[in-house]
Amino acid sequence: MTDFLRRLLRSPQGALGCLVVGLILIAVVFGPYLTHYGPEDMQALARYKGPSAEHWLGTDQYGRDIFSRLLDGARSTVLMAVVATVIGTLGGAIIGTGSAYLGGRSDEFIMRTNDAVMAIPSLLMALMVVSLLGSNSVNALLAIAIAFMPSMARISRSVALTVRKQDYVSAAIARGEGAPYIVLREMLPNVIAPIVVEMTIRVSFAVMLFATLSFLGLGAQPPATDWGLMVSEARQYLHRSYWILLWPSAAIALTAIGFNLLGDGLRDALNPRT
Amino acid sequence: MSASYILKRIALIFYTLFVVSILVFGITQILPADAAVMMLGENATQDALDALRTQMGLNDPIWLQYLHWASGVVQGDFGTSLRTGQPVGPALFSALGTSLTLAVLALALMLVLAVPMGILAAVRRGKLSDLVVGFISYIGVSLPEFVTATLAVVLVADLWGLLPPAGYIPLSEDLWGGLQRLILPVCVASVMMIAHVSRMVRSELVDVMHTDYIRAARLKGLTPRRVLFRHGLRNALLPTITIVALDVGYLLGGIIVVEEIFSIPGIGRSLMSAIQARDLPVIQAGVMIMAATYSIVNFAADLMYAWLDKRIQYD
Repeated sequence: MTDFLRRLLRSPQGALGCLVVGLILIAVVFGPYLTHYGPEDMQALARYKGPSAEHWLGTDQYGRDIFSRLLDGARSTVLMAVVATVIGTLGGAIIGTGSAYLGGRSDEFIMRTNDAVMAIPSLLMALMVVSLLGSNSVNALLAIAIAFMPSMARISRSVALTVRKQDYVSAAIARGEGAPYIVLREMLPNVIAPIVVEMTIRVSFAVMLFATLSFLGLGAQPPATDWGLMVSEARQYLHRSYWILLWPSAAIALTAIGFNLLGDGLRDALNPRT
Repeated sequence: MSASYILKRIALIFYTLFVVSILVFGITQILPADAAVMMLGENATQDALDALRTQMGLNDPIWLQYLHWASGVVQGDFGTSLRTGQPVGPALFSALGTSLTLAVLALALMLVLAVPMGILAAVRRGKLSDLVVGFISYIGVSLPEFVTATLAVVLVADLWGLLPPAGYIPLSEDLWGGLQRLILPVCVASVMMIAHVSRMVRSELVDVMHTDYIRAARLKGLTPRRVLFRHGLRNALLPTITIVALDVGYLLGGIIVVEEIFSIPGIGRSLMSAIQARDLPVIQAGVMIMAATYSIVNFAADLMYAWLDKRIQYD
């Protein structure tokens, strides 16, 4: 484990990814303690302010402190994205490994149907699910989880199939180990690693998808501090201040970059060949 | 590549459309929207609603409604929009034309930029240009379309006043005006793919340049340029076809956002407004058309791949 961490931190992507994701996690956990403004405190005299010592990132159209709002938004945006990805991955992994386990005609049938569902772009899928369930954050979360399932199913199936054919699995079978031992001790640890890598990269997509849904008015509703919603609201006040638009956009991009870098770093660290 | 493989792939497209049709029909059936109320308004009498429901077949069992709808779709009849009362098919297909113009231009821009970027990064691996290309592609995959679009409008249209911020003019009416309004949407729609594809080209080319046949070509005394263009690129660019085809799914999703922000009357915008207004026939037809586009593009990509790479033997 320490060896793995050393490998992760030695690659530039891994180190940078750990740093950015670490900062984001600090913001998510300790957010409210890092600022003395509430996300909805309005100051009529301090509207559209640029960055200053008092308001680090400036204030928005109601004189709300943008830094406090971003920290508050990190909780919903990032947490929701992570939870959506985890649910989507679990669902996909169950479908994928189940299909690989069943094999034969059922495998063919499940995967063809899965591929068919993938013909619907994931944003469109998420839009349909949200319109079915109603526009709010929890439904957006479910929508993203569902939209992620087909591609995660495809990935976990292919990983499970390769692992199944490995010599160490054949060796375990030859040793006469039972099925639970083979699945849990031999296959699972080797299936999890690539899926975790994929999942980390997926979180950045989930952040972006979640923000896009909020931007289109189909996710969180005002006065929520979702970053996508903040961008969408800021568009009307552009002639007064560019900062209100810039900061939430930068927050989305930084989070996505962080998880992308971490995912690439994890992949390299798990793959000693490269 | 055998005829039976092609037939099998075509059958798969139909299976895909069948699954998508069931899915989209199912979702739109559960949607809390009453087509009869939408057409007649909230104040309609119960008798009038009942009459219309019977006439539209809304009282039939769901499978019968599905069969009725599906047989219409097979004959090219997508029903009538609940909102406008117009036939869905012609309106959506003309919107599809607009979207395809946008998508094809975005794909072209992507290929022109991403392939040279990937080659440059691979050839100068570890050097400054590799780092710059890597940096650009990390930024690119991390910016959702609505952010790039908003920033582009602010900078290029509002601040510098170089291009119109939104709107659409058909190219056949006013070529220059139409192109001017397409520049920003095309750039925004292609950013994510430029970032992704340039990364893929780089890693493919790096892998290929480490193979034995490249070493053989070098040892044979070929110039580095000839090794790269005749032996390296030919093999490295082939998988790009598949990657681009899969990215078309992403592009179709991104186009929804781009059309919404730049007010382009394409299929994405029709779908967005249909979803907001619960216009079921338009949602159903729009999703079907998008899925069909994706399937056909991927089918074409597979055929092209097999045609270009004779080693591939599908069965």
